[in-house]
Amino acid sequence: MTDPLNACQKRNKEADPPTSPSSVGWTRSKRVILADRDNPLPLNCGIDLAPVTVEYETYGTLSPAKDNAIFILHALSGDAHAAGWDANWKKDNRPWRKTKPGWWDEAIGPGKTFDTNLYFVICANILGSCYGTTGPWETDPATGKPYGLNFPVVTVEDCVRLHLRLQDYLGIEKLLAVTGGSLGGQQALAWIINYPERVRSAVIYSSSARLGAQGLAFNAVGRQAIFNDPCFNGGNYYGSTPPGGGLELARMLGHITYLSYESMEGKFGRSFQNGSKPCYRLNNEFSVESYLEHQGRSFVQRFDANSYLYLTRAMDYFDAAAYGDGDLAKACYGIKAKILLIAYSSDWLYPPTTTRALAKAMIANNKPVSYIEIPSDYGHDAFLLEVYRTAPFVGSFLERV
Amino acid sequence: MITINKENRWDHNLIFNLINEGTSVLDLGCGKGELLARLIVEKNVCGQAVEADPEYVAAAIKNGVAVYQKDLDQGLIEFNNKSYDYVILEKTVQQLYQPLLVLKEILRVGEICLVSFPNFFYKETVKKLLKSEKMPVTSSLPYKWYNTPNIHLFTLADFIEWTKKETVTILEGYAAEGSKVRPVKMPRDNREAEELLFVIKGA
Repeated sequence: MTDPLNACQKRNKEADPPTSPSSVGWTRSKRVILADRDNPLPLNCGIDLAPVTVEYETYGTLSPAKDNAIFILHALSGDAHAAGWDANWKKDNRPWRKTKPGWWDEAIGPGKTFDTNLYFVICANILGSCYGTTGPWETDPATGKPYGLNFPVVTVEDCVRLHLRLQDYLGIEKLLAVTGGSLGGQQALAWIINYPERVRSAVIYSSSARLGAQGLAFNAVGRQAIFNDPCFNGGNYYGSTPPGGGLELARMLGHITYLSYESMEGKFGRSFQNGSKPCYRLNNEFSVESYLEHQGRSFVQRFDANSYLYLTRAMDYFDAAAYGDGDLAKACYGIKAKILLIAYSSDWLYPPTTTRALAKAMIANNKPVSYIEIPSDYGHDAFLLEVYRTAPFVGSFLERV
Repeated sequence: MITINKENRWDHNLIFNLINEGTSVLDLGCGKGELLARLIVEKNVCGQAVEADPEYVAAAIKNGVAVYQKDLDQGLIEFNNKSYDYVILEKTVQQLYQPLLVLKEILRVGEICLVSFPNFFYKETVKKLLKSEKMPVTSSLPYKWYNTPNIHLFTLADFIEWTKKETVTILEGYAAEGSKVRPVKMPRDNREAEELLFVIKGA
């Protein structure tokens, strides 16, 4: 049979340049204020937040009937720049975007999984993040200083409530689909549970109804690394040296959870950083060590430590079963969207069994559901690295919504 | 990974004709999902498929079917009692590690079940076995002893014995020999039927 999972096709490691016919090309993000003093954003914690700005990007063209919009929901460290090349990287002081396209460029563009020839694709930065949407880095109107830890604790539901306002602002009554991986998949789930009339389908990657205790534990250690950084200063480090060491350590730890035993063996094994012999030193000896350090350091250049604290907490709190008083099947009772759940076999942060639990909850309600477990060595990161393997069937799933 | 023989599909058309419009259908071991896709488009059924092989799951989703990836031998615990009008189990029973468990489960989950299987006592199969003294390779059993997915081969008589033991009601039965399909006739079809399809109902 022809290979529907595209397993034989090697991943194209070269990013599509902006001139490529399969790239969305140069992109320019937009910002819009979606909550003000008269119309604040109510948060789960009880606080009404205002003002709230959202940074977002769109690709493709909205149909006259406004029925071809797909909302892409990013994960912990993502941003609104999901595809193409940021034309404003210099102006917005985001130099890391000079050499890299958007975070899901492999999935979004002409002829790709989320085909911009067919669909109007939206991606927005989430609440509490640091890429243009309101977060702890922004000025608190009450004090005139950055919020820091005075920023309210936000949840996945708050993020979705805000992005629903963007959907309204763009005049889209019903989205064709919401999609994302990891924390993005959880936003998709919150969306279809809370706003069943506003979205027709969901494609959820590497995600589940809740993070397990193991995931909570990793997030807790990451936050401790930031808290314990001498530069942290209770979150009031804006304008001085940020807690880079702590954030770097948090990212290194997090990055391990995104990989797998197989991918780490394949990529690094036990190879030494310098040559084939040990140097008998304590730092930077094995390749995997310097890789993680590099990942940590480059993350510090582009992320805010306070945002990391808030967004890992949002990830911790999310539990879709809570909508059904602890019963996930009950929580899924009102879902109207068509659902496609995609798990990758080696994901140990959101293991396939936890994604399967969502499918079981749909089945318990006699609702049709698709659940596929793709054999992969790429761990949790597979939804970024191997999204191309889902293109053939996600494309036809979307066509039939 | 077991590769189910989906080549000779006389039962596809028959099942398609037996299923009423606008009903709910659970297709177990759906392969690429062609049958259910056709039922959804042409008979407006509400369909759910189950398939163990991710390559087939991907192909079936591509064909427009909702597919839940799962190994049937684990049972159907997530499915509610009598939650589907029809459950389809096409030429799959003989490939299961737990055939009786799965048969019991489909009777629990479905109002009506459609089960098809190759008949090991088919005269040509038996003839080949006796003549060659080796495991028979036929059009409905196209494998060698060492690469067959058919680990629990059985006969029509075995199946009838099971229906009696479990007080299963046979609503309809069909026998196929080559390309000819006819209502099943006992005891003749013990030897004359190459493959069989039964419409059954639990007690």
